[in-house]
Amino acid sequence: MNWLATSVPLTEVWAFIIAGAVFAYVVMDGFDLGIGILFPVFDVGKERDQAMNAIAPVWDGNETWLVLGGGGLFAAFPLAYAIILPALYPPIIAMLLGLVFRGVAFEFRWRDPGHRALWDAAFTAGSFVAALAQGIILGALLEGIAVEGRAYAGGWWDWLSPFSLLTGASVVAGYALLGATFLIYKVEGRANDHARRLAWRCFWLTGLAILAVSIGTLFLSGRYIEKWLSTPGLFFTAQVPLLVAILAYAFVRTMQKGRELAPFLICLALFFVTFAGLGISMWPDIIPGEVSIVDAAAPAKSQAFMLFGAAIMMPIIIAYTAYAYWVFRGKVGHDGYHD
Amino acid sequence: MFDAFDALILARIQFAFTVSFHFIFPAFSIGLASYLAVLEGLWLKTGNSVYLALYKYWLKIFAIAFAMGVVSGITMSYQFGTNWSVFSDRTGPILGPLMAYEVLTAFFLEAGFLGVMLFGMNRVGPKLHFAATAMVAVGTFISAFWILSVNSWMHTPVGFALNEVGQYVPAAPWIDIIFNPSFPYRLVHTVIAAYLTTALVVGAVGAWHLLKDRANPHARKMFSMAMWMAALVAPVQIFAGDMHGLNTLEHQPQKVMAMEGHYDSHPDGAPLILFGIPNAEEKRIDYAVEIPKLSSLILKHDLDAPLAGLDTIPDDREPPVSIVFWSFRIMVALGFAMLGLGLWSLFARYRKRLYDWPWLHRAAIVMGPSGFIAVLAGWVTTEVGRQPFTVYNQLLTADSVSPLGAPAVGASLLAFVIVYFAVFGVGVWYILRLVGKIPQISEDEPARAPIRSSGITPGPAEGKGGRGNMNTDPDNGPEVAPAK
Repeated sequence: MNWLATSVPLTEVWAFIIAGAVFAYVVMDGFDLGIGILFPVFDVGKERDQAMNAIAPVWDGNETWLVLGGGGLFAAFPLAYAIILPALYPPIIAMLLGLVFRGVAFEFRWRDPGHRALWDAAFTAGSFVAALAQGIILGALLEGIAVEGRAYAGGWWDWLSPFSLLTGASVVAGYALLGATFLIYKVEGRANDHARRLAWRCFWLTGLAILAVSIGTLFLSGRYIEKWLSTPGLFFTAQVPLLVAILAYAFVRTMQKGRELAPFLICLALFFVTFAGLGISMWPDIIPGEVSIVDAAAPAKSQAFMLFGAAIMMPIIIAYTAYAYWVFRGKVGHDGYHD
Repeated sequence: MFDAFDALILARIQFAFTVSFHFIFPAFSIGLASYLAVLEGLWLKTGNSVYLALYKYWLKIFAIAFAMGVVSGITMSYQFGTNWSVFSDRTGPILGPLMAYEVLTAFFLEAGFLGVMLFGMNRVGPKLHFAATAMVAVGTFISAFWILSVNSWMHTPVGFALNEVGQYVPAAPWIDIIFNPSFPYRLVHTVIAAYLTTALVVGAVGAWHLLKDRANPHARKMFSMAMWMAALVAPVQIFAGDMHGLNTLEHQPQKVMAMEGHYDSHPDGAPLILFGIPNAEEKRIDYAVEIPKLSSLILKHDLDAPLAGLDTIPDDREPPVSIVFWSFRIMVALGFAMLGLGLWSLFARYRKRLYDWPWLHRAAIVMGPSGFIAVLAGWVTTEVGRQPFTVYNQLLTADSVSPLGAPAVGASLLAFVIVYFAVFGVGVWYILRLVGKIPQISEDEPARAPIRSSGITPGPAEGKGGRGNMNTDPDNGPEVAPAK
């Protein structure tokens, strides 16, 4: 594996792999969590059961990307892992506990009809807390973390700020949009109409959120303004808001035409573009303003060994994940498409 | 309110609590996934519907246990960073890649095929479905492989160097790091423990139903299979545990001294202390019941072999003796009780009384949770016995902890305790409720109609034709004849 260490820019490759894992997590568990957030709006009974069944076979695989993101960070950038997690301790613990409630609710609600309302509430509360905490984590990271030596040097309320609450709310809105558009694709009848109405509202909320976070980021520190608004970089960075506008237009058109899958795919693209925007803001740092990816990188030997495994396993993982989605393709509970 | 404790002890309690709670579920689901694969394989091979009914019965339980394992496991993958950040920074270059391999080769495999296993029987057909079950079972084993390699490296670290910022970096071929000296023993001992734990649970459930209806074919089948496991695997486990102990003696002698309660060195043959009360202040075992020279015989295969005691270890490098002393005895006693149950079942089989010997069934019920207790006691022995280090003889636990205040760690600990007991307590209760129902093949019985799909299929699903396929409760799926 030594040839890997010398012929590949390992640290940069790993930064992209981890960013990719986080993105995969955000969009895949994003629609799971979004459905959880919207859950109370759905009618008890048929609508809720359909919404739950739309994600029951895949949520566990979706959540695994979070483990890859965290585990990958530990492995490829141990210093960043060791600084970020203590710094964002409360929101991370909140996220983990939220995911506990969300995850067990999938099984428990079917096992205990007498207390189904309770587990539905746990499903929603867990999804909401996890999404909010993830957004807060993002905002706090963008704002910057106090570092001294090889450790976090701030207090344990540093993560809480108007900006991090804004990013928290934005992620909740964005996940809800993903969830609603995924349901447009997966359910039919009244539930589908319901999902469409929700998707419209979540779309406008998400649009506002993107605008607010973008402007807010520029005011965070000089670095971001410089990165985004100085020429000649501007010609490159200007593509990001341009693409967002184009995608927003496409969303409106496909929704008006009553398309089923296109709104969800457009939302994925929208997430991708905004995620790339975040990447532009952060690069080449992993903790903005404090620790670069090179500072935090594990030794080449560690990164090369993992890259060897990832190069073999990733295509296999993507193949069987795609297979699992293929098995459960199409509408939930529509008799026509079952075998 | 947490000022009375320091962050270190709270972080240790938190890790011990979350990892102990977590491990209960994989200890069960590793064995249960394999049991399900065996059941489905036997059904495909023989066409005997008893196997299919048992498969569906245990699949529901597996789904709950697995979900709890997943959510408590995600916590673990972040515990290293939140509470043990210095440890994470310093060991990340070696342990990180091994854990990344666990995610890449095991977690995705389990999670990817779990959906097909739980909900896909009607969609992919029996053979592909069996393949999905087998993948989940293989995934649980691969997961155990990597995480035990990580754990073993912390006990017997090899193949590393220290870099300029104090990180342990790989300095040997990865194969040497993965197969560090204690890993093969720990892997065998832990995986067998998981199989045995599951067998004892299955046996207890079978026994419970045999007490109520000794003719029930499903109860008979599961009890018989479980007792074969206990009879065959318990002795293997005792042997594997002995090998693991000898390996520990070689690499972590003070852990064995604490297990044995040997405060003093014995230059001419050490006694085996059966019972006694460790007295940490006086550094002796009070009220010891001991067999002279037996410990030397077991550990060195020589009655008169000298054995060093904890008097050769500096006080600040000594593991807490009383915990290790007791947890080890609990584990060993339960191991022999399992062996006893297995032998009793063989005798009952020989006398043709396996299914109508109520005292055997009662004993099997009592032994139902013993696997969990033994597994936890074993982990306590090995982990507490490693103290005061996280990486043995390299990195002190006290030097591994995150720079967090006691209130932060204490508050999160409290949250974990409340949430885990509430959520997982309820989950275990649901499992107990499920195993309380007698397994049977009853497709169209409305009382057992499943919940998973209520409301999706228009109209009551009575015949096979009218049932929507999202109706995936394992009990209620159409009988699919195995394709031969």
